[in-house]
Amino acid sequence: MTPQDYEFLRKILKERSGLDLSSDKQYLVESRLIPLARRVGLSGIGELVQKLKAGTEPLTSEVVEAMTTNETFFFRDKIPFDHLKEAVLPALVQARASRRALRIWCAASSTGQEPYSIAMCVKDVAALAGWRVEIVATDLSQDVLEKSKAGIYSQFEVQRGLPIQMLVKHFKQIGELWQLDADIRGMVQHRQLNLLQDFSHLGTFDLIFCRNVLIYFDQDTKVGIFERLSRLLESDGVLALGAAESVVGLSDAFKPYPERRGLYRPNTARAPRAGAGSVMPLRAVASATR
Amino acid sequence: MRTCLVVDDSSVIRKVARRILEGLDFQIIEAEDGEKALEACKRSLPDAILLDWNMPIMDGYEFLGNLRRMPGGDAPKVVFCTTENDVAHIARALHAGANEYIMKPFDKDIVTAKFQEVGLI
Repeated sequence: MTPQDYEFLRKILKERSGLDLSSDKQYLVESRLIPLARRVGLSGIGELVQKLKAGTEPLTSEVVEAMTTNETFFFRDKIPFDHLKEAVLPALVQARASRRALRIWCAASSTGQEPYSIAMCVKDVAALAGWRVEIVATDLSQDVLEKSKAGIYSQFEVQRGLPIQMLVKHFKQIGELWQLDADIRGMVQHRQLNLLQDFSHLGTFDLIFCRNVLIYFDQDTKVGIFERLSRLLESDGVLALGAAESVVGLSDAFKPYPERRGLYRPNTARAPRAGAGSVMPLRAVASATR
Repeated sequence: MRTCLVVDDSSVIRKVARRILEGLDFQIIEAEDGEKALEACKRSLPDAILLDWNMPIMDGYEFLGNLRRMPGGDAPKVVFCTTENDVAHIARALHAGANEYIMKPFDKDIVTAKFQEVGLI
């Protein structure tokens, strides 16, 4: 891949998805895009870039999807889900006792392991039986959303993070594959969404999981997204970030949740900022990844 | 250092498991069937047991029953690691006292995730 081709790809990825590739990620681009180029009958990255420069929109979308789809697994990092079961859900059960409804957003939901992990946690909380619990799963990629909707996983996928008791309890075996039961799948709504675009239409949430996606964005983009997330989170709601992510030093829209690493609460004490967190001028209407 | 007893009649599987588990800081003891595994447990109970199902002389299921009836035999965390990949076998293993279950083929990520799940890492 020539340096010029790499710069071109970096630029369109930044514009379309916010993905901020450093200057040494050529191997990543090649490993993801050479198979794509060959699948569409091109010899390699050079020809792919020529096609993109000629302006083929579906191909551009495929390139963005190929670069922004990342591995995920059930109950990733385990600890956030322990926090969910031990602290967050019990607190919300009390705080929403009169409403008996919860809204949870899983931003950058990829192939569904995270929203379904949340759904399985919710299902295990007896006090939430009969409540209206809405889990909204969003991602940049329509392909991964389709896989997520089907809820079908390989033997390898169901063994990464999913306790065996959960597998037996919530999945049906289909040959060598495993499908989540319809009641768990039915708890999750799927929508294509670009985190760089306005997402205020999603409404407000009691809990937002936005894990392992912001690490791909530059500082300004992260700050803007934190600001806009804070507007969608209830004043007593909770934001969960990935193990390598934090608001510290970036935004005062949130403050750490006491004793629960990776969780944040809206910082209700700070003064609202006019104009902060505006959306970026993008052509794409989809996106978000993990 | 914590100990893990790897029980499998395949020397190749034992070797692969040894390499993965030593990388996770376990000291490895090997046994090629359930009977030899039980003898090893009578000498000293390990912290963890990675257990195949189908083996000559005494299979993994029978070994597990014997282990759990031994004094102190409820202490080791037992992770089945087998090609018996159907729900009925998994349910049977859990009922007999297995803590986790790995369906072969497996890799380092899966072993790590399962050992984390039962608190061994």
